[in-house]
Amino acid sequence: MKKGKAPNPIFTEDAGKMRIPCPYCGERDAHEFVYRGDAAPARPMSDDGFYDYVYLRDNVAGVMREHWYHAQGCRNWIEVTRDTRTHRISNAMLAREVAR
Amino acid sequence: MTRFSIVSLARNALSGHRQWQRTWRDASPRDGYDVVIVGGGGHGLATAYYLAKVHGITNVAVIEKAWIGGGNAGRNTTIIRSNYGLDGNTPFYEWSMKLWEGLEQDLNYNAMISQRGVLNLYHSDGQRDAFARRGNAMRLHGVDADLLDRDGVRKLAPFLNFDQARFPIMGGLLQRRGGTARHDAVVWGYARGASDRGVDIIQNCELTGFINDARGAIIGVETTRGNIRAKKVGVAVAGNSSRVAAMAGLRLPIESHVLQAFVSEALKPVIPGVITFGAGHFYISQSDKGGLVFGGDIDGYNSYASRGNLPTVEDVCEGGMAIMPMIGRARLLRSWGGIVDMSMDGSPIIDRAPVDGLYLNAGWCYGGFKATPASGAAFAHLLATDRPHETATAYRLDRFATGHLIDEKGQGAQPNLH
Repeated sequence: MKKGKAPNPIFTEDAGKMRIPCPYCGERDAHEFVYRGDAAPARPMSDDGFYDYVYLRDNVAGVMREHWYHAQGCRNWIEVTRDTRTHRISNAMLAREVAR
Repeated sequence: MTRFSIVSLARNALSGHRQWQRTWRDASPRDGYDVVIVGGGGHGLATAYYLAKVHGITNVAVIEKAWIGGGNAGRNTTIIRSNYGLDGNTPFYEWSMKLWEGLEQDLNYNAMISQRGVLNLYHSDGQRDAFARRGNAMRLHGVDADLLDRDGVRKLAPFLNFDQARFPIMGGLLQRRGGTARHDAVVWGYARGASDRGVDIIQNCELTGFINDARGAIIGVETTRGNIRAKKVGVAVAGNSSRVAAMAGLRLPIESHVLQAFVSEALKPVIPGVITFGAGHFYISQSDKGGLVFGGDIDGYNSYASRGNLPTVEDVCEGGMAIMPMIGRARLLRSWGGIVDMSMDGSPIIDRAPVDGLYLNAGWCYGGFKATPASGAAFAHLLATDRPHETATAYRLDRFATGHLIDEKGQGAQPNLH
């Protein structure tokens, strides 16, 4: 690497492994989890918002909160905060504990 | 532009290959164009080519943020096929296949198109019935399809693991006209054809925003190389469609995901065509250079990183070893990732955006390469006439609101499962 040049964040070790720190089980391989997607869409109270809720996504390029299900572990739903540009995970909480 | 032929090859061989001209013209942006196409991949360049050739619209620019063909056009596994089962898809992909069949003559460019066959393996009675149904749907649309039994598959590919304990091979659905093409040559061929007809191909020119008039209609683009006026703007930036659409204030029914691909060291010819093992999430073909080119599922989480993770590498290689143990001693040379537009029903969008002056070509999931010719031709048709091409009428943006989904896999609105 050239002196003074920051490493490409995609290839840093931190971002490279993408192991998910399950709040209940500890850090686990992503293989154990099922991905649900963006945690932001909220089920609407009326029919009007359903098209947006079911189909439209912000498709964030950056830090995103998303739902993962620890199917082969504690079977908790986890809200993971992850950067979609680098895969770096900055936070993971049990979804039920995340205040809506 | 030099026409490629045996005569030009001989002449250039005799002059030491120092007289070849540049294949296409690297242009700088002018003030304005009739059509600006955002994205210099296969689809964008094909669009420009057919706009010029079929519709006579040559005042066109293709703007590309890096170099042409450096995105998914250079990252795919080069497979061409038209083995789709739904009405909205089959005629479109078959039109694409027909365009592939005439592409090299049309472009006067060797795209190394090789119709070596695409074989989908089945492993159960239920899967055989589903494949038979898809094959019949294809034949009703005039597409070739043959349902092979176990012995038929054995004749084509005797090296497969027919008695795999979990997925014994019962047969396969074969499309003989399917095969592979040289992805870079497709990009360069379309670039050459478009450039020769007057299209400006502008590299290192990244879109940073849209220019709107007082009514909100789009009348140009802002780029890293200045503002460019345009009567119409076509967007063909699969992988980044949502980011570009957001600049126009739109949200799309798309998530960006990473799809990995792999190539082994070069081997002597061992695999005759394209073989897919859908049940085990693995498919493979052999390039003309000898490398085994293979892949599997998308990683399954939103990503813009152009790099996947090890669990999927493991999963793909396990699939390969399960169905084709002979590849176990081949060394893996490279793996890479591309960012794909995963749409909510697994099918693409070629439509006018709900903003005047803006046209979308998006949502190709992991299957955009095979569609390159028809996608370009259909998008050019839409840009030129404001009406969808007859084979692409189902690819509407509003189909998610109206319920007219084209869901080949029947997975519903969960993009990572398509």
